[in-house]
Amino acid sequence: MRKLSLSFLCIICISVFAFSQAHQDDHGHDDHAEQTGHTDDHGHGNECGYVEADVFNPQKVAFHHISDQNIYSIGPFSFPLPCILKSDTGLDMFSSGKFKADYHGTGEYAYNDYVLFEGSVRRIVKADEFPDGLVELGKYKLYVREIEMDNGKKKDIVHLCYKGEEWLCDSKSYADAGFLGGGTTSFYDFSITKNVMTMILVFLFLGWALIGTANAYKKREGMAPKGMQGFMESIFVFIQDEVAKPFLGPKWEKYISLLMALFFFILGLNLFGQIPFLGGSNVTGNISFTLIIAVIAFLVTNISGNKHYWEHVAWMPGIPAPLKIFIITPVEIMGLFIKPLTLMLRLFGNIAAGHMVIIIFVGLIFIFGQNGANPVAGWGTAVGSTILTLFMMAIELLVAFIQAFVFTILTASYIGTAIEDHHHEEAH
Amino acid sequence: MIYLADFSVLRPEYGLLLWSTIIFILFWVIMGRYAFKPIKDALKKREGDIQDALDEAKNARQEMSDLKAQNEQILAEAREERSKILKEAKEMKDSMIKEAKEKAKDEAQKIVTNAKNEIENQKQAALIDLKNQSGMMALEIAEKIIKKQLSGDSEQEKFANSLIDDIKLN
Repeated sequence: MRKLSLSFLCIICISVFAFSQAHQDDHGHDDHAEQTGHTDDHGHGNECGYVEADVFNPQKVAFHHISDQNIYSIGPFSFPLPCILKSDTGLDMFSSGKFKADYHGTGEYAYNDYVLFEGSVRRIVKADEFPDGLVELGKYKLYVREIEMDNGKKKDIVHLCYKGEEWLCDSKSYADAGFLGGGTTSFYDFSITKNVMTMILVFLFLGWALIGTANAYKKREGMAPKGMQGFMESIFVFIQDEVAKPFLGPKWEKYISLLMALFFFILGLNLFGQIPFLGGSNVTGNISFTLIIAVIAFLVTNISGNKHYWEHVAWMPGIPAPLKIFIITPVEIMGLFIKPLTLMLRLFGNIAAGHMVIIIFVGLIFIFGQNGANPVAGWGTAVGSTILTLFMMAIELLVAFIQAFVFTILTASYIGTAIEDHHHEEAH
Repeated sequence: MIYLADFSVLRPEYGLLLWSTIIFILFWVIMGRYAFKPIKDALKKREGDIQDALDEAKNARQEMSDLKAQNEQILAEAREERSKILKEAKEMKDSMIKEAKEKAKDEAQKIVTNAKNEIENQKQAALIDLKNQSGMMALEIAEKIIKKQLSGDSEQEKFANSLIDDIKLN
């Protein structure tokens, strides 16, 4: 056992360093290309005068790692995904393979005024003037430049250098109404992204596992559970007996599907994102997904809320009226929204942080190795990083279960308070 | 320089919102219909079955113990009956022996008494016979003596006188 774990550690260590070497090789190769190419010694560049600093940026890597993407990249391979893009010129559906994404997920082609930068689709602002169809761009034509907006604020905008001209690129529309720098732009992205693909894969896997379990009860009726059925049953019984029954009381059967769906789907996605060398999809660490499940929890809670629940929210009995009007009722109404908000942020924060911590530990290798300039420090850090990463992955495995469980148990408790039959106690 | 342009982790994406809603609701509905509900029902049924089986086992055990108690009672009764019968038999035997003994004793007594009576009777008869015979013999002797002695008249007279004396003495 000890021998096994030691050899496993070695394998991980070597693969982590191989990954870092690959990165360095990549850069080395690029340096060579630049010497024969068009720019100076440091970093990549293009004819629009843009030069990319050849410095490892852990923030970029970490955000890139947790962001959703229009390609599914596993190591050096990137698998194209379907793009479904809606702009004022109409609906475009094509494979993201058309962009011919490079190692960083930046496309070397434009298609119908769309380009791919760092894994996400963008649209050329002056789409009317840009040629339609497939357009070859070449390497290092897409880059970020800070631009002063109309309101005086500075903003990073993706630029395309095409035939010596700079073209501004819009990012997709975000549902933040512009509060977080997103807002509505020239197009909407409804693509089957990496996260959507992950959800579909997890859906299919869980469907196979759970429906298989359900069928096993029919096929093996009257027999003791076996194999996967036994495994799934233990989780199912745990949620049923520890979450559904104590929190929901006699009406638990009505909500069991929701609680199980929440638990299994969150757990499946959490665990899928932690499988090493499988892309590290970050669905439950994406605020869009957690927003949706929190909204569903909110809707189910408040739709099933009974008279007592609403009475307690609007006009808490046993408290003086002024206190109710100025403190209790506003707080209760705020509470209605804060509850799902915390659900959303807790899951998102925990999972996103887990993904980021692991990529940052790996990033330490490049920071201390000074991007290949100091291989001794790089190797040393690789060993330390590997141990820390393994440790973090073990903790994240725990977090995956805990967060799925916490989301489910809190949803159950919110629904439980909404459907509770109140036996009025005097002390409120 | 920020490479990943205008990325914010807190911004909801339309595409992901749409697909999350569709996929999660589909998961909820399909799994609810084809997995969670059947599993829940199966578990509930099994729980009921287990409870039933336990109850049944409990009942069977109760019945068994009842039966055992009953058997024991019957056995005890039989044992009691047996001892009663044995006791009665013994009593009967004793009484029979006693009776027989008494009877035998009585019989023996009777026999003895009879024998005694017989002996007495025989004795009486023998005595009478003896008396008779000895009387006869005395008579004969007396006759002979008398015949011999009373050969003279004086002697007869003497004798007659002695006889008369005897009678007087009596």
